Amino acid sequence: MTLNVVLPQSSTKVRATALDVHYGDKQALFGVDLDIRAGEVTALIGPSGCGKSTFLRCINRMNDLVEGARVSGSLTIDGSDIYDRTIDVVQLRARVGMVFQKPNPFPKSIYDNVAYGPRIHGLAQDQAELDDIVMTSLEKAGLLNEVKDRLLETGTSLSGGQQQRLCIARAIAVEPEVILMDEPCSALDPIATAKVEELIDELRENFTIVIVTHSMQQAARVSQRTAFFHLGKVIEIGDTEQIFTNPQQPLTQGYITGRFG
Amino acid sequence: MQTLTLAAILLLLSSFAFRLGRKRAFAVSAHEPRSLHSLPGYYGSWVALWCGLPAFAVLIAWLALEPTLVRELVITDLPAAMQTLPAERIDILINEVRNAAQGHATANPDLAAAAEHYNRLRQVSFAAVTAISVAIALAGAAFAYRRVQPALRARPRVESSITVFLVASSTVAIFTTIGIVLSLLFEALRFFQMVGFTDFLFGLNWSPQMSTRSDQVGSSGAFGMIPLFTGTMLISLISMVVALPLGLFSAIYMSEYAQPRVRAVAKPALEILAGIPTVVFGFFAVITVAPLIHSAGEMIGLSVASESALAAGFVMGITLIPLISSLSDDVITAVPHSLREGAFGLGATRSECIRQVVLPAALPGIVGGVLLAVSRAIGETMIVVMAAGLSAKLTFNPLEAVTTVTVQIVTLLVGDTEFDSPKTLAAFALGLMLFAITLALNVVALHIVQKYREKYD
Repeated sequence: MTLNVVLPQSSTKVRATALDVHYGDKQALFGVDLDIRAGEVTALIGPSGCGKSTFLRCINRMNDLVEGARVSGSLTIDGSDIYDRTIDVVQLRARVGMVFQKPNPFPKSIYDNVAYGPRIHGLAQDQAELDDIVMTSLEKAGLLNEVKDRLLETGTSLSGGQQQRLCIARAIAVEPEVILMDEPCSALDPIATAKVEELIDELRENFTIVIVTHSMQQAARVSQRTAFFHLGKVIEIGDTEQIFTNPQQPLTQGYITGRFG
Repeated sequence: MQTLTLAAILLLLSSFAFRLGRKRAFAVSAHEPRSLHSLPGYYGSWVALWCGLPAFAVLIAWLALEPTLVRELVITDLPAAMQTLPAERIDILINEVRNAAQGHATANPDLAAAAEHYNRLRQVSFAAVTAISVAIALAGAAFAYRRVQPALRARPRVESSITVFLVASSTVAIFTTIGIVLSLLFEALRFFQMVGFTDFLFGLNWSPQMSTRSDQVGSSGAFGMIPLFTGTMLISLISMVVALPLGLFSAIYMSEYAQPRVRAVAKPALEILAGIPTVVFGFFAVITVAPLIHSAGEMIGLSVASESALAAGFVMGITLIPLISSLSDDVITAVPHSLREGAFGLGATRSECIRQVVLPAALPGIVGGVLLAVSRAIGETMIVVMAAGLSAKLTFNPLEAVTTVTVQIVTLLVGDTEFDSPKTLAAFALGLMLFAITLALNVVALHIVQKYREKYD
C-alpha cells in the first residue's frame, strides 16, 4: 500500500559501520554497514541463519545476554556509539524498544503489563499520569477498545494477536525512539497479522522501526526500505520498491524470486 | 526353602513353555511369518503365561492357607482334655508343638506325638501342592500350546495381562495407604473411648500416664494435645524462618546469577546436604548448636534452656534448605526465557527482572515447595527427638524447651508397651492428627500450584 508513495529523504537514525559479531568461535556478522533512517520502517530479510536477528539484537544490545557474544565495529544511534563504555544499557533499552517473535506478556494484569516500563523508568509522577500513559499506549496499539473493560485481567488471557499488540503497547509506553521487531507476526494468524501490519504502518509516524521478517510480502507491505542479508553479510539495501522490482544483486534476485531461501 | 525350589521349578517350566510356544508359532506359520497375527515371541509369552500364572496362583493360595489348615488338623488330633482349653492356652500349646517339630525337646509325650503329626501333615501338604501346581502348569502349557494358530490374537492377550500386572502394582501403594490410615483410625477410636475427644483436641495439659490402682499418686493422666501442637508449630515456624530465605536466595543465585561452572559445583554440593541423615543433624543440634545458643543467651543475660526450641528449629531449617532451594530452582528455571527477554528489552535491570517478572511467574511453584517443606518440618522426628526435649510446656518462647507430636509418639511407644492402655493408644491418636494436618497442607499446596500455574507452551 505504501509502495507508490514518494518517500521524503530522512536523516540517519542508526548507523552500523564494519559491524562484526562472534558467538564463541562462530562469526555471525561480517563487516555489516547499514543505515537506518528515522521515521521509516526498515525490513531485514534473508534466509534463516543469515544474521538479520543478530543484527537486530545488536541495536538494543540484547546480545549482551548471550554468553560468549562479542561485538566489534561501531553502531551509533543519533551519532553516539551505543557500545561505548559510558552508555548504560538500561537507558539504551529505554530508547530502543523491542517486540519479540512470540508474544511474551508478563503474568500480570493487562494494565500492569503496559505500566511496567514506565514504572521501572520512573516516567510517571503520579497514578493519573500512569493511567494516562497506559491508556494512550493501548490506544496507539489499537487494543484499547478490546480490553478497556478488562484491564485487570491477566495479559496471558488474551488471544495470540491481542497479546502481540499488548507487547507492542508495552514497548511504546516507554516512548522509545526506535522499535525493533523480531518476526512479530510469525506466531499469528492472517487476520491478527493484518492488524499488526496496519499498526506498524501507523507507528511509523512517531517511531523508527526495524523489522525482521521471513515473509517477503510482509516486507513489501510494511516497509519503506529493505536490507537483504545473506550468510552474515548485507548483500543489498535500498528502497523496498526498488529491491522487489529491480534488485541490483543476483543473490537478492534469486532470493526474492524464490530460487533459494 | 522347599517352596523356593518349587517356585524355581515353575519358572523353569514357564521358560520352557515360552520356547515351545514360539517354536510352535514358527511351525504353524509354515515359515511364512507374515501369516501370523502377532510376532512369534507373543505366542511364546502367551503359552508361558498359561503355564505359569495358574500354577503360581495355586502356590500362593497354598502359602496363605496352609498354616491355618495344618493348625486346625493338629488341634483336632490333640487329646480331648487339651482341646477344651481356652483359646490362649491352645495358642501356647501350638507354639510348643511347632518348636518340638523343629527339633526342640518337649517334656509332654502328647505334644511330642502332635509334633510328629504336625511334621507329617506339612510334608503331605507340600507334596500335594507340588504335584498339583506342576500338573496345573503342564496342563496350562499343553492347553495353550495346542491352541497356537496363526489367527490367534496373541499380542493383545499378552498385553492385556501385562496391563493387569501394572494395575496391580499401582494399587499396592494405594492399599497400603488405606491400610495405614484405617489402622490409625481404629486405634485412635479405641483411644477416644477412654479419653474424651474434646479433652484430647483442646486440652492444655499433656502428661500421659494412667493409674493401675485408683489410690496411686499422680493417678490422673492428662491427654491434651495443644501443648504438643504448639511445640510442633513453634519449631516448624523457626525452621521455616531459617530455611525459606536461605533456600529461596540460594535458588535465585543458582538460577539467575551463578556462572555455569559455579552452578555445576554448588548445586550438587547443596544436594549433598539433603543426603545427610537427619540423625547426624540431630547430634549436631545437641552437641554444637544448643550449647552455642545457651552460652550466647547467657552472654546477653537471657536464660536459655539447654534444649531449646530455637536450636532444634534452626538445625531443622538447615536440613530443609536443599528441599526449598532445589524445588524453587526448578520452577525459576522453568520460567520461559522469553519473559526475561521481554523485561530486559524494556530496560529492566537484572534485579528488577527477577523481582517483578521471574519471581511472580514462579510464585505458585515456590509456594507449593514451601508448603511441602512445612509438612516435612511438621513430620520431622529425629532432630526433635534428640534436640527439642520432652517437657510438654505450653509456651511460644523459642528459648524454652518444648516437645513435639512426633517426639511424644516416639516416647509413648518406646520400651514396654501394652496395647490397651490410653498411654499407648494416644500415639495413634497423635499420629492421626499429624496425618490429617500434613494431608491438608499437601492438598492446599497442590491446589495452589494448579490454580495459579501460568500455562506456558
